Amino acid sequence: MDRPKIVRYEKPGKVENYPCGAIRVGTLVQDNAGWRILKPVIDHGKCVMCLRCFLLCPDGVIDKSGKILEIDYRFCKGCGICARECKVEAIEMVREGGDEDAG
Amino acid sequence: MADRLITSAKELSNSEYFYGHRACAGCGGSLALRLAMKVLGPRIFVAIPANCMSATSFLHPQVAFSVNCMISPFPATGAVLSGIEAGARALGLKDYHVVGFAGDGGTADIGIQALSGAIDRGDRVIYVCYDNEAYMNTGIQKSGLTPYGSKTTTTPAGKNFPGATGRKKDMFEIVAAHGIEYAATASIGYPEDYLRKVSKAALCQSTSYIHVLAPCSTGWGFPVEETVEIAREAVDCGLWYLAEYENDEFVLNKMPKEFTPLEDYLLKQARFRHLKERDMEHIVHGRDKKWEKILKNWK
Ligand SMILES: Cc1ncc(C[n+]2csc(CCOP(=O)(O)OP(=O)(O)O)c2C)c(N)n1
Ligand code: SF4
Ligand code: SF4
Ligand code: SF4
Repeated sequence: MDRPKIVRYEKPGKVENYPCGAIRVGTLVQDNAGWRILKPVIDHGKCVMCLRCFLLCPDGVIDKSGKILEIDYRFCKGCGICARECKVEAIEMVREGGDEDAG
Repeated sequence: MADRLITSAKELSNSEYFYGHRACAGCGGSLALRLAMKVLGPRIFVAIPANCMSATSFLHPQVAFSVNCMISPFPATGAVLSGIEAGARALGLKDYHVVGFAGDGGTADIGIQALSGAIDRGDRVIYVCYDNEAYMNTGIQKSGLTPYGSKTTTTPAGKNFPGATGRKKDMFEIVAAHGIEYAATASIGYPEDYLRKVSKAALCQSTSYIHVLAPCSTGWGFPVEETVEIAREAVDCGLWYLAEYENDEFVLNKMPKEFTPLEDYLLKQARFRHLKERDMEHIVHGRDKKWEKILKNWK
């Protein structure tokens, strides 16, 4: 998986340490995983590597750098577009936390 | 740096330049930005005015853009793009793109004169309007690109009004009327066509404009997983079209053999669900008139 790292945020502490003007781009201090109720799970036996899910994920969390696709669950919001758009139905949306949490 | 036409996911790199944003789950606008930057990146300078995309990606200290990026004043996207381009040229930089991402309000209403000025100067910048058909970031107010019959917080639907009563501005044609080098419409429902158009804009020597339809589940009222589908259906039912303008000519890219039923598209969305038969007829009439002109005048 080749996706950006989350860094620890050091509070500036003093007023003079607060950024003024430009700030560093690509700074990630917090994931988005908590937004998710459903989680996409790829059945690699069914996946034909057409890359449609990689193309259409609004959050770019599907990584194609390996032999199989990998989902960066730190930033997946569980929208379900990938599952809806997969033509061979290789992605299933499963409830986070398992069935015992359902209802 | 796009130096050729890109038409498939295979040709895109695995790198992301817009990552960890807090746009709603399934946000069409964020997909439009992500894909355009994947085609153009990483040597890009981005200007983005006040809108959903800047509001959800600059949440200090989290910055979802990993390329040079600045928030421009709401009306100033075109002017700020010109300024960045002039600065990059003065520094003698090579192999870069300057790109702006503004919403429909930021483009067709408050930003229209700055955009017009940039096209008039002919600066080598790419202007992308992601059209979610209302001012979403401030809570779904009507813009100049909100279509007839759409319920927004400033155009509520009731006994006397069917929601918005205005006509969606033909922003693509307004831009083309400047004699711009390249302009195109797109939809995230036809992503390969969109990739091709962004890569084509990247090959331009002067200003280019892409108007991409980017549905918003929050403002339009449909299930989040259907964003791409709705964007596709908007084209298939004839309320949006895929076209290009270059060399002084309009070219239609996709001619639907037959439109899919308009009601299916409209009634899937909460913003249109109140529409009565006569409102639907009004929309069908508007669509058919538009297509008559398209087929008569475009290639
Ligand atoms: C001069 C000015 N007026 C008003 C605002 C408030 N404002 C911030 S975002 C926004 C809505 C932007 O709408 P649009 O351009 O359609 O993009 P969207 O939010 O739909 O992505 C408004 C009105 C502002 N930031 N600056
Ligand atoms: S859309 Fe489906 S088949 Fe295509 S790459 Fe994704 S999981 Fe595999
Ligand atoms: S559920 Fe949504 S955010 Fe998660 S991988 Fe699929 S498309 Fe991306
Ligand atoms: S309100 Fe709409 S445009 Fe704004 S972030 Fe949410 S889905 Fe995207």
